[in-house]
Parts: sequence; structure tokens; C-alpha cells
Amino acid sequence: MEIIIAFIVVIFLAITLIPFLSVKWKGIITVSTVTIIAVLSSIIAFQSLSGKNFEYLFGGSLVTGIIPVRIDALSGWFIVIINFTCLTAAFYGLQYMKAYRSQKSNLSLHCICFILVQSALISICSLQNMLAFLIAWEIMALSSFLLIIFEHYKRETLNAGINFLIQSHICIMFLTLGFIWVAIYTGSYDFKAIALFSGSNSLLTGVALFLCFSIGFAIKAGFVPFHTWLPYAHPVAPSHISGVMSGVIIKIGIYGMMRMLLLIRTDYLVIGYILLFVSVVSGIYGVMLAIIQHNLKRLLAYHSIENIGIIGIGIGLGCIGIGNGNHLLTVLGFAGALLHTLNHSLFKSLLFYGAGNVYQSTQTMDIEKLGGLGKQMPHTSFLFLMAALAICGLPPFNGFVSEFLIYNGMFTGLQMSGNGLILSIVFGIFGLALIGGLAMLCFTKAFGSVFSGTARHNFHHTPGEANFGKLIPMYAVFILIMAVGLFPKTFITALSEPLHLFTEHSDKYIQAAGLPVTTTMSMIGLCSAGFLGLTGLIFLLKKNMTGSKPQTVNITWACGYIAPTAKMQYTASSFIRAYRKLAEPVFSIHKKKKEIQGVFPKSGGQETHPYDKAEEWFIDYPLQLLKKFFNRFVFLQNGNLQFYILYGVAFITLVLIIPFAFDYIKAFIKFLNHI
Amino acid sequence: MISFILIILVSLFFTGIIVRTKSITSGRKGPGIFQPMKDIFRLFKKGSVYSKTTSFIFQIAPSIYIASIIMAIMVIPLGQYKGIISFDGDFVFFAYVLGTGKFFSIISAMDTGSSFEGMGASREALFSMFAEPAFFILMGSFSLLTGHTSFQEIFASLHFGSYISYILGALATFVLVMITMVENSRMPIDDPKTHLELTMVHEVMILDNSGFDLGMILYATNLKFAMYGALIANLFMGSFPLYLTIPIFFIIQVLFAITVGILESFTARFRMNHNAQYILALSSVSLLIFLGVLLVLKQFS
Repeated sequence: MEIIIAFIVVIFLAITLIPFLSVKWKGIITVSTVTIIAVLSSIIAFQSLSGKNFEYLFGGSLVTGIIPVRIDALSGWFIVIINFTCLTAAFYGLQYMKAYRSQKSNLSLHCICFILVQSALISICSLQNMLAFLIAWEIMALSSFLLIIFEHYKRETLNAGINFLIQSHICIMFLTLGFIWVAIYTGSYDFKAIALFSGSNSLLTGVALFLCFSIGFAIKAGFVPFHTWLPYAHPVAPSHISGVMSGVIIKIGIYGMMRMLLLIRTDYLVIGYILLFVSVVSGIYGVMLAIIQHNLKRLLAYHSIENIGIIGIGIGLGCIGIGNGNHLLTVLGFAGALLHTLNHSLFKSLLFYGAGNVYQSTQTMDIEKLGGLGKQMPHTSFLFLMAALAICGLPPFNGFVSEFLIYNGMFTGLQMSGNGLILSIVFGIFGLALIGGLAMLCFTKAFGSVFSGTARHNFHHTPGEANFGKLIPMYAVFILIMAVGLFPKTFITALSEPLHLFTEHSDKYIQAAGLPVTTTMSMIGLCSAGFLGLTGLIFLLKKNMTGSKPQTVNITWACGYIAPTAKMQYTASSFIRAYRKLAEPVFSIHKKKKEIQGVFPKSGGQETHPYDKAEEWFIDYPLQLLKKFFNRFVFLQNGNLQFYILYGVAFITLVLIIPFAFDYIKAFIKFLNHI
Repeated sequence: MISFILIILVSLFFTGIIVRTKSITSGRKGPGIFQPMKDIFRLFKKGSVYSKTTSFIFQIAPSIYIASIIMAIMVIPLGQYKGIISFDGDFVFFAYVLGTGKFFSIISAMDTGSSFEGMGASREALFSMFAEPAFFILMGSFSLLTGHTSFQEIFASLHFGSYISYILGALATFVLVMITMVENSRMPIDDPKTHLELTMVHEVMILDNSGFDLGMILYATNLKFAMYGALIANLFMGSFPLYLTIPIFFIIQVLFAITVGILESFTARFRMNHNAQYILALSSVSLLIFLGVLLVLKQFS
């Protein structure tokens, strides 16, 4: 109780204080507030992770009813993830925002919104009253909108921000719809009403209700085809905001889905299949598009879609496990999903911070213009490389652990019977393997062309390493990445309480089912450490054996050519050209080609602009139709004042008539129902 | 442990047999089977030249590459005898740890800033990406067939009974041989003896490596061959005792090496831009195996 009050008081104090401070203090107060909030909420979160659930009932008002604050292990897990990423983002942002010191009022808004986002995210995880939940959701949506449009004087930023705003409200609309549905039948706004409602209705109703909620949450999480806001919003936001968005804001959609899974009693098998299919498609589509992007941050944004897909595969498997009563599958699926949620928040935020360092030292995100930054920015390039390896799911990093759990789940699922099940799991295996390979193609491209080779472009200032203020939070993230990679057993044990929630549906065999998983996990930790050790050993051996041998430095061997220039390097586009040609049917790439003509050609060139086919189909085309439809009513807006007054009168008359005609309408509806 | 030692032993003469086979089929006497290993040892003793465009990644990549392959070898069992590492789902670790090595070899090629090496890196990334699903579906079929999820358990309980299972064995061998060729960049995917950089995959990626590094990379190729050969040999061991498995292991390895030699002598390299489709077709062969497994398990009845 005291903690909640302290939580609220700290937020209010900080928000009222920030506008009146100098720029330097704004940052310091923001960071310290974020830290205090993180500490306060983490105390409860860690307690819940060890099995002590937190519950407090606010009186609320007549409208909302009682507002319960319930923090169980699932909320706890997400709160811990949110806090860690927000903390590193705050520390990183403190340095990153130094470049914008002159925009004083803009910065105050930014600081306030950052605190609001963090507290709204935590509230979403803990509030279990539908109205309060929606309000917290709305606060999160609005404040993240304001965070995104920090550079609002740029047109594309504003466009992306408005795109985000509209889509997050479509998301809220679906959530509201679901909540209204439940509230009408039960008359209560408590989340427990959802369980009550779905428990007392048919399984089909449960599926429909879950789908209604999950469309809402899928928009936030970025499942294909609801992902279109994501590749716009991430690149334009300041880097620490991109990190928070990709790391935790889209994860709140995942939290929502998992919460609904816990609440709604339904046909888990059907939901599992749907989720598995959508997730595999999201994963493959996301990474396929990521490969062809030229903008580094946009590339990372598409990768978020891929990783959401991987998390979704885990959730889908878990649902299939619940549906079939297979505890091991349930444990593996949800453990993979929950751990990947943590992992993705770590390496994705690290990648965005790395991209931020690159942006601030070169002022560009165009991969084709960058190159050879590895030597100028050794720390950034090292951290980016580590995060890139982690996101590809390679050992000894954390991404491998969660992907391994999901793979293991799928191979466990194969042992069950049922053709549909086996075929869908093979589809999943194929998808995940392909995702892994494609991610490797993507990140070898990204790292190779940004940090390796020589510079492709002459910048006004020579790019330099970021200051230590930026690097320290990045190293903190890196340490946690390594910790998950090398000591996966600890983290799996920490997950046992959240996993317990999911297996409770049927039985309480988790300890027995979870046992082989933990031994496997400790084996993986050992193998990863062994791999690191072996690499070190071989490298030392090499140093030892070649120490006395002559080592010369020369130019790169260019097959006899001795004057290679930076322009002769393989570019990012050419690196993926073979792939692009293969996958052409899936993409919609706008090409501009100017052939070289004549004896003395003036110029030639080729431009490719990748566009999203899903956006074409699901956003642009429907919008076009909508516009066409509404254009038919243009005659109503004819600019004539008399007409507008007429509309008003007509409307008022209609409103007045309805109460009189109410009985008739009621009778009519009754008649319709009768039929 | 025993499998690890055997694989290291085989790796010493595997490429030697390939080279010898190739020279015999082309009517030459050819070098002894330990010649490739002697070349590698000579490289180990040499100094090296580093390009000035390269960074630390270029220096450490070969060590990581070979370490990844050694880790992968540790996972491989010998029939019912466990490898050094064995746990549920260890083949996922096998595939992914190889991926780490590949990632580093690709970025170290990019690190040189050479147009040729970038090209090779691009191809390597693309081809190995397409080979991955084939391997996983193959292992998935086996795990479905045997009900286990680790190399050792799968291979120990793999036994041939019906006609379909023989076909499955043949297909699996085919897939594994082809994956070996893809992963090692040999014919018909890539021609290691070609003279034109534009048509190379793996060879062009290591143009700038020299001395100890080059030796490690070349030896890694040998190890990789022996490793995949061991996987193929495992298909035919079942739960035989040691005095049977060791001869089987050597016979299959030698046969495999000779097959590779013959393949390289009598086939032409594919057109580079058709390689990707071809490798993706391997996944369909894997799917065929999977359907065969479903038939064996009588899922369709």
C-alpha cells in the first residue's frame, strides 16, 4: 500500500517539477524518477516472481467500480523487463538528448512523457479493472506518440507519429469492444468478470472474445498484417525511445495476449493453431522485409516484427500444449516466449542504442553511406556485433536460449499424435529455421556494411566514438545478455512462477515436467561457456605460435589490382541482390533506373525503394476504397450555410422523435427477434 | 569422447582421399593422402599478412570458426555411445553453433573491404540460409520416428525394418551429403578449384587470410567433412557394439570421401543464380523423408 502511494506521489512531484527546471536538472530529475519508480515497482515484482502475489483494492468511483491492483508472477516478469529497459533508456537518453539542449520546452515534454510511459506500462501490467486499464493504455499511447514526434519539425516524423496515433486507437477500439462485450453480460469491470463470462459461455464465444482482444493487442505488438505503423515509428523516434518502443511497448501487446489467455476459458487448441500460423508468417515476413531495408533503424524495426513472431510461436505452442494436456510442451512454449520477451528487449534496445551512436556521429541512417565505422567506433561496433549475434539466436548469447526452448518445444510437440498438429509443427520448424538463416543474412549485411570495410562517404566531421555516458548503459545491457546466455538455468528457475500460472489450468505437474528443461538449460550454459573458452584458447594458441613470426600489413588483395577504392567494396544492396531477386514476388520494390546512354554518358544510376506489400493490401487499398465511398457524400458539404442549418434541424428533430418512437422501435426489434 | 577422437583422426586424411580420387579419375597418380594435412602444417609455421582495412574481427574470426566446428563435433555420438556433449535437442545447438562460426567468417570477409570477398560472403550467407530448414526438417523427421530429441538417442534407436525405411535412409544420406557439399562449398554448389574469383563462394572469402589463419580455415574444412561423414555413418550404426561401429565408421567415411571425389570429378558446377533454388529443393527432399516417416508410423491409416 505504501509503495503504491509513494509510486503515485513520486510521479506527480516529478511531472509538476520538470517544466520549471533548467535543462540539466530536467534530465537528472527524470533519470532519478525513473530509477525510483523502477525500484519501487521491482520490489513488488520480485516478490511476485518468488510466489507472493500482491493485491490491493482501490475504492474507485461509481463509474469504475472497485479498481483492483493485482500483481501476479506474469505481471511481475513484465514489470521487471519494463523497468530494466526504461532504466537503460533513461541513462542512455540523458546523453543522447544533449544534442537537443536548445529545445527547452520540447525537452520538458519529452521528460514528462518518458516518466508517463514507464508508469503507464507498469500500471497496465498491474491494473485489473477494465476502465482503469483502458485509461492507462490511452496514457501510454498518447505519451509514446509525443515521445516519437520529438523532432516534430520534420515532416516524416509527424507523418509517422500520426500513423502511430491512429493505429494505436484502432487497437484501443478493439480492446474497448471486447471489454464492453464482457461488461454488458456481467455488469462488472473487474478482469475476473472475463473469466466468469468465458467460463459460463460456449468455447466458441471464448475464441471470438480472445480474437477480438488479440487483434487489439496484435496491433500494438506488431503481428503481420497489423504491423504497418512499426517501421515508420521506430526510425523517426530518438534512439532511446526506439529502444523502449521495440523493447517494451510492443511487448505490452504480448502481455495482453498472455493475460487474456490466463483469463479466458476457451478452446486453446484452435487459438494455438491460429497464433502459430500468424506468428510464423509474421516472423518470416518481418525478416524478409528487414533484409531489403536501407535505413538501419527501419531494418531493426522490421526485425522487431520477426521477434514478435518468434515469441508468438512460443505462445502458440504453449496453447497447443494446454489444449492437448501436454505439460512439457506448455512449459517449453511459454518459457520460450517469456524468455524471448526478455531477450528481445535486451538485444533490440542495445541495437537501437548502437544505431543511435552511429546516427549521432554521422547524421545518417542510410546503410549505403556508412562503412568502416568499426575502427572509429570500436565500443559501439563491438556491442552492436554482440547484439546482432544474440538476435540471430546464436550461441553463446541469450537469443539462442529462448529459440532453443521453442525448438525443443516443437520437437516435443512432434511426439504427440494428430496429423494436423504434426504438420503445423513442421511448418513451425521450417519457419523458425528459415527465420534463423534469414536473420543471419540480414545482420551480416547490417554489421558488414556499417562497421566493416572502409568508409563509403565523406562526412563533414570524422565520426568518433560515443562518450562513456552512452556506453555504460549499453555495457549494462550487454552484461545481462551474456548472463542469460551463460546462466540460462537461473532465468528458467525465475520463470517457474509465471509458468506455473499457465499449467495451473490443468494440473500441477510443472516441477516434474520442468525438470528435464532445467538440466538441459544448465548443459546449454556449460556448452556456451565451453565455446567461449575454446575460442579464447585457440586464439591464445595462435598468438603464442605466431608471436615470433613476421606479420606485415598491406592493402587488401584485389586479385592483382593495386588501387582499389572504397566505392569498389561490395555494397549492402549488392550483398543481398541474389536474395532480392529470389524473393522478388513477395516484395513491392519501387525502382528507378537511368541507363547509361551514348558515347559520352552524362550520368546513370539506379534507385530501389522497398515498400511493404502488406501495407499496400491492408492499408492503402482499403483506404482508397474508403475515400471513394466517402467521396459520394461530398455533395453534403456544399458550402451553403442554409444547408448546414437544415442538417442541424434535421438532426435535432430526429433526436427528439426517437424517445416518442422508442416503444415502436422496441416492438419492431422484438418482432425481428421473433422471426 | 570416442566419436570425437575418431572424427579428428578421419579429418587428417579425408581431403587427401578426395584429392587422390580426383587424380585417379583424371588419370594421374596424385599426392599421398596426408598431403593436404602437411600443407596445413606448413601454413601453421608461416607468418602472415593482414590487410590494413581489416579490424580485430578479421584476426579473431578464424579462431571462432574452428572453435565452432570443434564444439559441433563434440555433440556428435558414435551410434549408442554419447558424444562429449549430449542433451535434449543437442542438434539445435549443433546447427546454431556452426551458425556462429559462419557469421564470423562472413563478416570477416566483409571486413577486408574487397569486392570479391563481399561477393563470396553474400553467397555463403544465402546458401547456408537455405540449407538450414532442410537439416531441421530432417532431424524433426528422425525425432518423430524415434521419439527422441538428442543425437545419441535418435541414432541409437534408429533401425531399419520396412522397405520405406530403407528409402528413408537413402534419402537422408542424400540430404546429408548435399548439406555437406553446401556447407563446405564444394561441387556442385561451388568449385574449389576454379580460377575465376567471380565464380567462387568459399575460396574467395578467404583470399586475404594467410599463415596460421589460413591453415585453421583449411583444417576446419577437413573437420567439417569428417563431421558430416560421422553424421552419415551414424545413420547406419544403430545400437551396435564398439568393435562393429568403429570399422563401420571408417568404411563409411572413406566411401563418403571417395563419393565426394567422384562427384567432383564428374559433375559440373551449377549456375550460380540457380544454386539457391537447388538448395531450397533439399528442403523438399527433407519433407519427403518426413512424409515417409508419417507413412512408417502409419499416421495416414
